[in-house]
Amino acid sequence: MSSSHSALSALRPGVLTNEKAIEITGMNKWFGAFHVLRDVNLLVKRGERVVICGPSGSGKSTLIRCINRLEEHQQGSIIVDGTELTADVKKIDEIRRDVGMVFQHFNLFPHLTILENLTLAPIWVKKMPKKDADEIAMHYLRRVKIPEQADKYPGQLSGGQQQRVAIARSLCMSPKIMLFDEPTSALDPEMVKEVLDTMVTLAQEGMTMICVTHEMGFARQVASRVIFMDQGQVVEVNTPDEFFKNPQHERTKLFLSQILH
Amino acid sequence: MTDMMSPTVSFVRPTVIEQKTPPFRTSGPLLWARENLFSSPLNMILTLLSIGAVWWVVPGMVQFMLIDAVWSATSSKDCLADVVKHPVGACWGFITARFGYLVYGQYPDAERWRVDLFFALEAFGIFWILWRKAPFKISGFAYFFLVFPVVGFILLSGMASIGLPTVQTHYWGGFLVTIVISTVGIVASLPIGILLALGRRSSMPIARLVSVVMIEFVRGVPLITILFMANVMFPLFVPEGWRPDSLLRVLVGVGFFSAAYMAEAVRGGLQAIPRGQYEAAQALGLGYWQMMIKIILPQALKIVIPNIVNNFIGLFKDTTLVAIVGIFDFLRTIQASLADPNWRSSQMPLAAYLFAALVYFIFCYGMARYAISVERRLATGNRH
Repeated sequence: MSSSHSALSALRPGVLTNEKAIEITGMNKWFGAFHVLRDVNLLVKRGERVVICGPSGSGKSTLIRCINRLEEHQQGSIIVDGTELTADVKKIDEIRRDVGMVFQHFNLFPHLTILENLTLAPIWVKKMPKKDADEIAMHYLRRVKIPEQADKYPGQLSGGQQQRVAIARSLCMSPKIMLFDEPTSALDPEMVKEVLDTMVTLAQEGMTMICVTHEMGFARQVASRVIFMDQGQVVEVNTPDEFFKNPQHERTKLFLSQILH
Repeated sequence: MTDMMSPTVSFVRPTVIEQKTPPFRTSGPLLWARENLFSSPLNMILTLLSIGAVWWVVPGMVQFMLIDAVWSATSSKDCLADVVKHPVGACWGFITARFGYLVYGQYPDAERWRVDLFFALEAFGIFWILWRKAPFKISGFAYFFLVFPVVGFILLSGMASIGLPTVQTHYWGGFLVTIVISTVGIVASLPIGILLALGRRSSMPIARLVSVVMIEFVRGVPLITILFMANVMFPLFVPEGWRPDSLLRVLVGVGFFSAAYMAEAVRGGLQAIPRGQYEAAQALGLGYWQMMIKIILPQALKIVIPNIVNNFIGLFKDTTLVAIVGIFDFLRTIQASLADPNWRSSQMPLAAYLFAALVYFIFCYGMARYAISVERRLATGNRH
């Protein structure tokens, strides 16, 4: 019992050492000849919740995938909590350890149980004893309200449950920053809320988050800033209130008129 | 129900409809026969033709292999119709009389218990790995791929320091050699094949080049060519006295040959894994090898188990080719026994080759059945 207590008491959310969580300056990226991200500048401060929206193909996903190096940028700089992303594999691993990511299609590991999905990275990346990893995993499964599914396989869970497991899986690494790449787009309508509720709780606890999402209710409720992208460029940045009530750019107005009926 | 009939637009179901059993019997032998054997005119004709074929072939086979067979003999004379006073079918006496030679080759009689122990250890390892609910699966793999090869090698070739007299490989023969070659092929080809497959998909140009050259070269030439190169050409290029054992050279050749094919099978599995799996592993901070060993390979290998087993079956049968470079495998020992003047008779090859076919069939069919059961298990969707 005592050791299980220590696992949880040793558990503290990742804390950013820098005031600037993510600093992207003059970043450009091409897919072949296609200029997918054009001169992106973005500063995300500690504890900020940034929502990125925009039409499909505007480069929102590519942008956040650059932050943990799932995509490589070709120009400009990305600094995550004081560490610049370069080709240096050690730095990439360091940053990935601190940055959690939730995908549109969950990407749980289908051959592992839910519990194993959660404990894999803590055990292998953080070299945590299995017992402690289990304890922490169960803690986060309770937080996303599905501790009873621990021994099932991902294929046996609903989409909403799977996405909550994916969020818990990221949290088990005590990330300092969380990236969400359209976390509710692949869900049945009935399951969107349970995932959003989890994300809202996380936001309220002060997690630094960047969310690519079209859930405008979520943006209104938790976002510190909303970023609108089109054709690989950041077109408009504003507080959610201003963004929805008083969009400035023509493209933003058109987009909002299309999605807010 | 009347609500539904009435022309009103609004409808609210007041009660829940309970589940009921389906109205027709969906099982039973008659239904099975109707669905599987007589479902269409074409199937009916095929069924009748098949029954006819069985009717035509089986009685003759039974007559030849069982009823008219001679079960014990000391020379080909005991299998002559004049001697046994009835028409003679298969002369199984030949097999029983030569059984030791067919299994062990010229392995010394006093040391044959070592071969038996080797077979037992191998069978134990195979069951440990293949039996799905066996405990300590990881140890099973460690045993079969690390411990067993070393112990098996010491057991068969001997080690004077622990009291096992050395037995030169040219005394090895028969079924022992067939098993040794196919086991080495299997044990070596899986890890090497996995490495080659990973190399071929690697982002490192050198690893990719080496893997592609290796795989494509081996796949581009027949196994016989590799065996000839190993046994005939290789000795020409290396100095006298620095010649590895002839069986060893063949084993290396077979190992690389099957590894190249294994690599292609594994690559198929790697390609089937969605990109999201790689990305999720990377996003969690897993390194390349952790990602491969923990996430990608377990899924990829599971998908290609049937292909891998297919390769094993092919390899098991291909081992007969080593006969042409002078190694006495199972089939070659049968041929050699047939050449024995004591057993020379036109009757003898029938029984001998039937027996060989039966042995190869049992092993290959066993492997095929295992692959099918794995395929079924994977197809049922419980992705475990």
